[in-house]
Amino acid sequence: MEQFVQQLINGLSLGSIYALIALGYTMVYGIVKLINFAHGDIFMVGAYVGFVSITYFNMGFFPALLIAMLFCAVLGVVIEKVAYKPLRNASRITALITAIGVSLLLEYVVMFFAKAGVRTYPENVLPNLEMTILGVRITFTQVCIFAVTIALVILLQFIVHKTRVGKAMRAVSMDKDAAQLMGINVNNTISVTFAIGSALAGAAGILVGVYYNSIDPLMGIIPGLKAFVAAVFGGIGIIPGAMIGGFSIGAVETMVSGYGSSLYKDAVAFAILILVLIVKPSGLLGKNTREKV
Amino acid sequence: MKQLFSFKNLKYSACVVALFGVIQLLISLNIFDDYYQITIATICINIILAVSLNLIAGFTGQFSLGHAGFMSIGAYACALITLNINSNYSFFLGIFVGAILSALLGFVIGIPTLRLKGDYLAIATLGMAEIIKIIAQNLEFTGGAAGLSDIPQYTNWVWLFFFTAGTVVVIKNFINSSHGRACVSIREDEIASEVMGINTTKYKVLAFVIGAFFAGIAGALYSTYFYVINPGLFGFLKSVDILVIVVIGGMGSIRGSIIASILLAIVSTYLQDFPEIRMILYSLILVVVMLAREFIKTKKINLDILNIKKYIKTNGAR
Amino acid sequence: MFSVKRLSLILVVIMLAATMFTACSQSSNTNSNEINVGLNYELSGAGATYGQDTVDGIMMAIDEINAAGGVLGKKINPIKQDNKTDPAEATSITTKLATKENVVAILGPATSGATKASIPVAVKNKVPLITGSATADDITVDAKGVKEYGYRICFNDSFQGTVMANFALKNMNAKSAVVLMDSSSDYGKGLAKNFRETFTKAGGTIVEDEAFIKGDKDFSAVLTKIKDKNFDILLISGYYNEAGLIIKQAKDMGINKPILGGDGFDSPDLAKLAGNSALSNVFFSTHYSLLDKDATVVKFMDEFKKKYNKDSNAFNALGYDLGYFIADAIKRANSEDPTKIKEAIDATEGFKGVTGKFSIDENHNPVKTAVVIELKDGAQVSALKIEP
Repeated sequence: MEQFVQQLINGLSLGSIYALIALGYTMVYGIVKLINFAHGDIFMVGAYVGFVSITYFNMGFFPALLIAMLFCAVLGVVIEKVAYKPLRNASRITALITAIGVSLLLEYVVMFFAKAGVRTYPENVLPNLEMTILGVRITFTQVCIFAVTIALVILLQFIVHKTRVGKAMRAVSMDKDAAQLMGINVNNTISVTFAIGSALAGAAGILVGVYYNSIDPLMGIIPGLKAFVAAVFGGIGIIPGAMIGGFSIGAVETMVSGYGSSLYKDAVAFAILILVLIVKPSGLLGKNTREKV
Repeated sequence: MKQLFSFKNLKYSACVVALFGVIQLLISLNIFDDYYQITIATICINIILAVSLNLIAGFTGQFSLGHAGFMSIGAYACALITLNINSNYSFFLGIFVGAILSALLGFVIGIPTLRLKGDYLAIATLGMAEIIKIIAQNLEFTGGAAGLSDIPQYTNWVWLFFFTAGTVVVIKNFINSSHGRACVSIREDEIASEVMGINTTKYKVLAFVIGAFFAGIAGALYSTYFYVINPGLFGFLKSVDILVIVVIGGMGSIRGSIIASILLAIVSTYLQDFPEIRMILYSLILVVVMLAREFIKTKKINLDILNIKKYIKTNGAR
Repeated sequence: MFSVKRLSLILVVIMLAATMFTACSQSSNTNSNEINVGLNYELSGAGATYGQDTVDGIMMAIDEINAAGGVLGKKINPIKQDNKTDPAEATSITTKLATKENVVAILGPATSGATKASIPVAVKNKVPLITGSATADDITVDAKGVKEYGYRICFNDSFQGTVMANFALKNMNAKSAVVLMDSSSDYGKGLAKNFRETFTKAGGTIVEDEAFIKGDKDFSAVLTKIKDKNFDILLISGYYNEAGLIIKQAKDMGINKPILGGDGFDSPDLAKLAGNSALSNVFFSTHYSLLDKDATVVKFMDEFKKKYNKDSNAFNALGYDLGYFIADAIKRANSEDPTKIKEAIDATEGFKGVTGKFSIDENHNPVKTAVVIELKDGAQVSALKIEP
């Protein structure tokens, strides 16, 4: 039982990271219907910005977090304006290939400047505390990651459901043309979405850097892919879905490693994804839309 | 019979034979040395992959991100057979078994997943390819992460040409048949074609199976040309590479896929001279090409070379 | 309309012709004052870390050699190419280097897959190919015999696996082990397999067999699972990138059993990832020890730090040795003929490099001493030499 709870906690802290990345995926998908494959790499850039600000500018955790989020938000908007906006009316597959191009570009530009090797965050960015409750070990960093994730998700829900920008986002994601007719500035709304989504990825990047202490230019590929899986799993385009998806994937992975074979942990995650899609093609929280002729 | 020997068919056949003759001549004169032959092999294998994916994604409109998975089945089957059966026929047996297994898998996976649409199908096929990769990584007889090596090099230029031309001819004919038109109708409007009495599931699965069959052949040729295969080769990025060729060449254009395969291989050989920034240049080219295509299309400039046929059609109809 | 179509065809033809032209012009511009050596490395893709690190070492060696006057009175001209960690690309590059660039030898690739794909081409074109880090046993020799032109200067998996298994059995009196391997690399799998075989043959038991893949960062699930198991040692069969994180997370969790590994541990990044305090009771086999205070090693480490502004790791050192190794072979061959150089490599006896003094045996592997190093608080405290 103790071990089970411990594994659950392990899964939740891993899942928080997936959830943060998945949120960005889902928001962008919801509004422009684009699988933004560069999202995982924005997460990587966030980790590097955090690394630079902590190691070279001796910043604390929270200033570095803010800077990484800000930098990624700007990067996200620039990418959207330069690479995706001209393709808004193109076929979705064209935009997808462009996103893959941007993803490779980010990876290898960072690799060119920072080299391929790992970089390590300094120790003790966050106090190295831990507590043991009934034999279950929880570290301060784990609590922080979980808290930051939950706080950001609540903030996000607030923005989307209670503010004018959020209303505009929901309108644009429902019907772009109608929203425009109603006087919503579609371009700005999309930019804001990219900014928020990328900022979340940046936050995830610095959290990974602090928690695991290791970053490299290709670190975004696998978490990016898994976050995408998480987003689809929960129902792509739905914010709570992405969070549930992220936590589920994290939990499945740790449970398979903990009670089955770690050799097949990723395979099981993908197999569950396929099963969920077959049973409920629009994801866990997705609404089945009726086909119209 | 009359149709078979029509002027058009004869003309195409003559072109194919001439192309084969010219390249064969260049090889025997050693103008195309080993280095060019490797580039040609890459081009041929990419053409088979791109054309077969084009049948699934471009003509039938089913967005698959798992083509490398089918390729790996063919590659592993053929490698295992040629490594273990020492006979003159093991190469053909390997290709045949690889293609059939791959098609079979396409059938088994296609039936449940092809109910999905668009991006959901993409992620399901992506997951399928990843699962195949992980299984290959962990099985004993596939050599685990190290994969299989010392695979005898049976594939040569003649077989590459034979299978590439064969793939193009078969897929081209399939598309021009009533089955192929059924597939295209699914891409255009699935509900409408269902209303017209087309068994959409059947044709989607059929396209998927045929695509997987040829991807299996491509994998088999790959494994018997490049000596080594390992699970890492057939990951997500390989599927993306194939998709890039299809999209650059134009969805639903076989000629486009062929030209794009050649162009990308040439670009890749150019980029070899910039080892430090090779991937940066490649990704920039990718983004710029996509943006330029869209720019040209929206500005209605008649330069969309790769999509020319479709272009004429859409503009001619106006 | 048709003119556009024709235009596109012409364009393709022109580009084809242009490639041919550039390629031809390249082959003709061989400078007779330079000796071309090919570098076929993973500069991008999953193996980029290993490729880039090795190339850093090679370039440093070649710069030093050239500054000291080169070999045979000529400068060494390294021709660097990126194989993207892709065997097919590695094949293409090996062919290009051997047939178009007129190299006398090829160094690389760093990963076993790309090396296996390159060696048949090297054999076909009769150009010696020497890898510094492809450890799979069948790189240089397989059931069909020795690969005529394929060489390496690093240990192979079976040697290291056996060394560590024997070390665990004899020096640590271990009876049971947990194996945690990188299932996505053949290095991880090969080392684990050989360790497992030797260890179980001598009566040891493998309590748990677990795996991770390259790029994983969270190992808490597996570690929680083995935490309460009864075992004597933990073997981490993989590279420092993941091993460092595993050690850190294991120690944080309170797993204080001895941890064993191979030369994949040998990097200053291991201590950075794990933290000095966690790096105690850790043993790994590698080529050389810092405790030796060997002049070559000390000089290499100082110069490397000066040049690249970072500490060197095993890949850097192996790359550095590769540079001197090929220069030595060219010198002894007293010729730029690849076949003569191959003969000189075969005859290598007592080559003194940073990674130890070694000869090349009939299976094209180096015969060199391994050292098992113990780490305490992140520093090397003892080194045990193990003869092959």
